[in-house]
Amino acid sequence: MTTDTSLGTNPVTGSDRAAGSTQAGRGATSAPRPAGRRPAKRKIADWRKRAEIAVLAGPAVIVFVTFVILPVAMAAYYGFFKWQGYGPPTDFVGLQNYVIIFQDQAFRSVLMHNGFIVVLSLVLQGPIAIVLALLLNQKMHGRGLIRVLVFVPYVISEVIVGTGWSLLLQSNGAVNDLLQSIGLGGLRADWLSNPDIAIWTLLVIISWKYIGFAVILFLAGLQSIPEELFEAAAIDGAGYWQIQRRITLPLLGPTIRIWAFLSIIGSLQLFDLVYIIWGQYIASTAGTSTMATYMVGNGRNSGNYGFGSAVAVVMFVISLAVALIYQRFVLRRDTAGALTERKN
Amino acid sequence: MATTSIVAPGRRATRERRSSAAIGHANPLTYVVAILFVAANLAPVLYIVLGGFRTNSQITTSPAGLPAPFELGNYGSVLSSGVFWQELGNSMISAGATTIGVVVLGLMVSFVLARYHFAGRGALYALFAAGLMFPITVAITPLYLLIKDLGLTNSLAGVILPQIAFALPTTVIILVPFLRAIPDELEEAASIDGASRLGFFFRMIVPLSLPGVVTVGILAFIASWNSYILPLFILNNEGSYTLPLGVQAFSSQYSVDTAKVLAFTSMSMIPALIFFTIFQRRIVGGLTGAVKG
Repeated sequence: MTTDTSLGTNPVTGSDRAAGSTQAGRGATSAPRPAGRRPAKRKIADWRKRAEIAVLAGPAVIVFVTFVILPVAMAAYYGFFKWQGYGPPTDFVGLQNYVIIFQDQAFRSVLMHNGFIVVLSLVLQGPIAIVLALLLNQKMHGRGLIRVLVFVPYVISEVIVGTGWSLLLQSNGAVNDLLQSIGLGGLRADWLSNPDIAIWTLLVIISWKYIGFAVILFLAGLQSIPEELFEAAAIDGAGYWQIQRRITLPLLGPTIRIWAFLSIIGSLQLFDLVYIIWGQYIASTAGTSTMATYMVGNGRNSGNYGFGSAVAVVMFVISLAVALIYQRFVLRRDTAGALTERKN
Repeated sequence: MATTSIVAPGRRATRERRSSAAIGHANPLTYVVAILFVAANLAPVLYIVLGGFRTNSQITTSPAGLPAPFELGNYGSVLSSGVFWQELGNSMISAGATTIGVVVLGLMVSFVLARYHFAGRGALYALFAAGLMFPITVAITPLYLLIKDLGLTNSLAGVILPQIAFALPTTVIILVPFLRAIPDELEEAASIDGASRLGFFFRMIVPLSLPGVVTVGILAFIASWNSYILPLFILNNEGSYTLPLGVQAFSSQYSVDTAKVLAFTSMSMIPALIFFTIFQRRIVGGLTGAVKG
């Protein structure tokens, strides 16, 4: 398509590794050619295109492969060794690290915690965020300000959230004090260390931190729905809630599905908040430990880099499996154009 | 998808029109819900900020109370300590360099993925999309070893490079649909006027994609500003600490001085809040493009 007509003006493009091959036929590239000369021209166009692709995509691919793909591959390799992190790994133990992981009761409980957080984050945050987005999408005073304020918890760091909330939730902290003073002293609890409550506390903190992101995302999605649809529905006599249910929600579908994907992956990778609020030891007794805190606690912090790498691999495989299944069955229609070759 | 015809510059006007004609008018209940929601969002933040203005004895006797009287000493001692400013500087350098890197590399590769047709494009896109599933936590142990081999531990570069790499997937996911939504007719018109693909990139794509670029830039900045696990592994000497590590170190060092910890914590969130407030419109606009794409 456009490649055929867009040749020969930019002097920079030929300079990379395709230079040698382009030069031979450079004369042919300067003017549009009759259809009969197409093959030769196409070949040169291809080289130029490849050079451009290499120059533009190369740096990103190099950085990405070096710092993302390579470490993951290294983790897969180290996972087969018993290794303290000094010198090259030599003590090959095969699948023993993995056997230990899956026999470890502690790992099963972190899996349960992660699963619980994945499901309840969706169930708690999704509906609340949708309702809030619908409400905030109405014409109202101070809407711009509300949108800024809603995003505040998302913008501040996990360390700050963790530090602030752990002070708030101490047994002699502000939350219990507040409950006492409004006459609900009976509800005072050991929010952080009681194993029956701690994971719910964690869920509340997670929801507090991330729900603003969901609301903003949904609001953005709502604004991309053509207004004419609402007008048409209103003319046809549809009420407010009917419009929301029949028009808004289905059209918000792609946004909701993408949000759910981000939320699931985030829940599987959860580390910062748990590690900051509970630390690696208390997290397991309070029942809030996650795969990631298990990995750091039993890997780096114990000097077992081989074992830690094996945990990383398990975590990665689980995340990947969940993500692929989700993309295959849920996101399929949204990404159809992105993952398959566009035809034109 | 490919036929979506949002043109970036038009979006702003469109949004204004829509928001002025948003569906339904707010009733009092809406205001009540909105205020409650905002209050719930802000209360813990205010607790931190106001707590910095109290003394430890005030906090002990009434944990949920307000400052009475206002005590400025905590903020004063934080602001006059070199530690805070140094960590602020480190965070600025790290977040600034990460943002520039992400924007430059991300825009270039997204342009290729959005507007070139070649064998392996699907695979390249899938490679970056798969990056969404490579949490930095999974890679952190070998990443630390890699950075150590490169001799970059305790240096900000050891944090910046991986941060760029890990921000690329999101950037690609947001920018590719954005760039693809720029109509083919524009590219054809540009090429008729004699612009090459790269000329088209610099003269049309870069300006047209600005809202999307600002969005990914801000997301990268905030992610870097808040990043915890990577600096935790890479930066071990206090001189190279970024603010999140600083907050944690400070709160364990002064664990009995709650008021001072709160003052330090609230000082460290202010820059990110200011930054976000300035750009929040762009974020919302950019997300619209990302999601719609």
